[in-house]
Amino acid sequence: MIINSRFFNRSELMGFIALAAVLFVILPLTLDVFRLNLVAKYLTYAFVALGLVLCWGYGGILSLGQGVFFGLGGYCMAMFLKLEASSVENTKIQSTPGIPDFMDWNQITALPLFWQPFHSLTFTILAIILVPGLFALIIGTAMFKRRVGGTYFAIITQAVAAILTILIVGQQGYTGGINGMTDLRTLKGWDIRPDHAKIILYFVEVVLLFACIGIAQFIRLTKLGRILVAMREQEDRVRFSGYSVANFKIFAFCMAAIFAAIGGAMFALNVGFMSPSFVGIVPSIEMVIYTAVGGRMSIFGAVWGAILVNFAKTSLSESFPQLWLFGLGALFIAVVLAFPNGLSGLWADYVQPRIDRLFASRKTKAGWTDNSVADGAPAE
Amino acid sequence: MFGDYSIGDLGSIFVMQGFAGLILFSVYVLMALGLAIIFGQMGVINMAHGEFMILGAYVTWMTSNLFQAYLPSLFSGYFFLAMILAFLASGALGMLVEWGLIRHLYKRPLDTLLATWGLSLMLQQAYRSVFGAREVGVELPQWMLGSLRVTDSIEVPINGVFVMCLTVLITIAVAYVLYMSRWGRQVRAVVQNRIMAGAVGINTEKVDRYTFGLGCGIAGVAGSAFTMIGSTGPTSGQLYIVDTFLVVVFGGAASLLGTIASAFSISQTQSTLEFFMSGSMAKVLTLLAVVGILMLRPQGLFALKVRK
Amino acid sequence: MLIGHQPKDFLLAVSGLTVSFDGFKAVNDLSFYVEENEIRVIIGPNGAGKTTVLDLICGKTKATSGSIQFRGKELTKMKENEIVQTGVGRKFQTPSVFEDLTVFENLEISFPRGRTVFGSLTFQRDQSVKDRVEEVAEMIFLKDKLNTYADELSHGQKQWLEIGMLLIQDPDLLMLDEPVAGMSVSERAKTAELLNRIIKNRSVLVIEHDMKFVEDIAHKVTVLHQGQILSEGTMEKVKNDPKVIEVYLGH
Ligand SMILES: Nc1ncnc2c1ncn2[C@@H]1O[C@H](COP(=O)(O)OP(=O)(O)O)[C@@H](O)[C@H]1O
Ligand SMILES: [Mg+2]
Repeated sequence: MIINSRFFNRSELMGFIALAAVLFVILPLTLDVFRLNLVAKYLTYAFVALGLVLCWGYGGILSLGQGVFFGLGGYCMAMFLKLEASSVENTKIQSTPGIPDFMDWNQITALPLFWQPFHSLTFTILAIILVPGLFALIIGTAMFKRRVGGTYFAIITQAVAAILTILIVGQQGYTGGINGMTDLRTLKGWDIRPDHAKIILYFVEVVLLFACIGIAQFIRLTKLGRILVAMREQEDRVRFSGYSVANFKIFAFCMAAIFAAIGGAMFALNVGFMSPSFVGIVPSIEMVIYTAVGGRMSIFGAVWGAILVNFAKTSLSESFPQLWLFGLGALFIAVVLAFPNGLSGLWADYVQPRIDRLFASRKTKAGWTDNSVADGAPAE
Repeated sequence: MFGDYSIGDLGSIFVMQGFAGLILFSVYVLMALGLAIIFGQMGVINMAHGEFMILGAYVTWMTSNLFQAYLPSLFSGYFFLAMILAFLASGALGMLVEWGLIRHLYKRPLDTLLATWGLSLMLQQAYRSVFGAREVGVELPQWMLGSLRVTDSIEVPINGVFVMCLTVLITIAVAYVLYMSRWGRQVRAVVQNRIMAGAVGINTEKVDRYTFGLGCGIAGVAGSAFTMIGSTGPTSGQLYIVDTFLVVVFGGAASLLGTIASAFSISQTQSTLEFFMSGSMAKVLTLLAVVGILMLRPQGLFALKVRK
Repeated sequence: MLIGHQPKDFLLAVSGLTVSFDGFKAVNDLSFYVEENEIRVIIGPNGAGKTTVLDLICGKTKATSGSIQFRGKELTKMKENEIVQTGVGRKFQTPSVFEDLTVFENLEISFPRGRTVFGSLTFQRDQSVKDRVEEVAEMIFLKDKLNTYADELSHGQKQWLEIGMLLIQDPDLLMLDEPVAGMSVSERAKTAELLNRIIKNRSVLVIEHDMKFVEDIAHKVTVLHQGQILSEGTMEKVKNDPKVIEVYLGH
């Protein structure tokens, strides 16, 4: 499909190789299973951050409710796993065997209707994509068709995150409440808890992540990617060039929602539970900081942002819990005031030029010229 | 569900529920007033608004402790001094924050949102380090305890009435400052046309700083009033921030009257629903209704048609 | 072409157009007609409602009452992007180009193909696109700047780029809001030349203050004052209209 330019330009290719090497080779070889599983958890947020690059970095639409989609994807997956873990056999001590334990504790005696289809894995996988996708479509259509954007949109998405959290916590009979859905065991009979399963799940996740990176990069390189940039700057000019701006925003928002949902589903699989603490306002806004730290315009930056911030969180909040909140707060401020393009911006400003100089000196010797720019490829 | 109550009982329950709604209304108005100035007039999203409130609450708590320890004879009146101190403390912090942070971001509203969120995290941690993680409650003076008997079956708590009266007074004061005073005219001039306002000799930077400070100061007073009806913890502010923003946005950001009407409708809806269902479902339905209406009418209840 | 039942086939027929902002009528019961291949200039003092008229035609502002017919289609009921697709292009008063994109990409976005979400995902930058972009770039004096980011252009070049973005859409009605404002003398001359070249086969509606420029290009002039037409006709006629003199010189 990609015609006018190479899929990755040189610096992107280096970013791609570096990330692939780290995730596919270096980390699996150097980390024990426990830590590898932690990385898998961090990477579930990379999906969210990736979506935010498209929607916020490119489209200028800041959603503070990505936890909603992360949660919807995660809960869909968790519902399937929970049903499998609640076979009649496993739950025969309950007063109603065959339903999830939290339902039994809440005096529910039959599996609610909306739970029924989650016996099917096919349905579950479709639901992981479609439920958040449709939900984003509805919110996006309602908001963008009426030209609601910017800060209003941010506040509304935040309110949606608050609503969903209160709802999940309040309806514990159907959702597992504040504790969420725990004790997830098998996927189609395959135990997801032992070490070797965790390693396999890690690789599945990394492959999915690269698939999403590919999709994001593809979108970025099409005219749609340029329209998103154009829209962020001069919405009216895009509109008066004959485009329905709302449709493009809806598309970006839905893509971000679907990426987040895939991340959520992988979270349920890798971490083994899902709870409302990954849905609400606080986690949603933290997901934004991953993108901001990595660089809101950078696809690979988003992944690094998710890994690094979460790594910092784990290490700091274990040893110095007070420091962590201070650090996170300072990070928000610093990334906005001093480094609006995050790590990828720092890379592009300080590291890349050196590398380029290195290449340039060799290039002139070899008499080789790079004419990719003449194709009008976006230089980034 | 009404079977167990007599008509008279039901009437009293409705009245008391309505009163509970009125207290919630006061809470919303107090919180939203400061935000209505900062967001409505300046267009700045201050996610740390709740933390400015909490600062006011902590100042009040400290004042009450000081009075108890050193001036017990004057304890019954400490609250009025505490409120002034709360205003000054939150207002001063607000001006500092405007100078250090906000003024660099006037052209980037979404970034302001992220930066002030970061600020709110840091403030929360600061409160936790200084005042401890536990919630603190102030000692109420004797005259604020107990309740007023309106009829045999209807009683309303005095502290609630006090907070409501306070809300009315503060609202009037804010309205006066914003719409009657010379300074308020300057604020509105800057809001409507920054360049022109600058050209006619208004120091827009100073107006910005004081406006932000005033909004934060009012948040401090709100926090101070809160101590009369509830306790304060490092993260109490965060609980309300989304509700408060919804109140302001729902009211149509630029209008004080809209903010009050919106606070009233939201609080009454919620407290009425609470009578029929669990608190959490009442909250969910209220928020859903607000978000739903905002989707249909994004400009809020009272909005001016302004040039985009 | 339309088989008209009107005496003449107007490209654009504005009648009884009114818009009120909180009671203030920025445009008040305005009627005027633009013919095929006509260059119409709208002049008038600041705040007369000129920009608002363009806003109304291109759908940026919704009319309170009245009608705007373009080739027999009612524009007041259409969305902005549909209006563009029926052949109305509009340039804004302040240059609005995409500064984070190159000149090439700016023009390419305006190329009238692949305007849906799906269409833009599958859009191919084929030879016809490249040729057309280059052709337009040549016209707007930016041929050697195709790979320059738009934020590096001068003010005048941005104005030209925006005009180019309209040209590539090949609209039947081109609306320009103060295209030479803020330009140097030589840029003005070049712009006049550009406009004279691009008006072939289309009608143009221009708002301009620069009287010399107006005299150079206008077929017909409409003078707007407080949302209403003060005078209309050739430049000669309008210049000598006592009402116009009163408004321009009276205060
Ligand atoms: N969306 C709007 N809301 C309120 N007033 C407006 C709006 N658009 C234009 N106006 C007012 O309408 C009048 C005409 O403005 P405009 O069309 O920009 O004048 P011109 O372009 O002739 O200088 C001005 O007084 C302006 O303030
Ligand atoms: Mg104008």
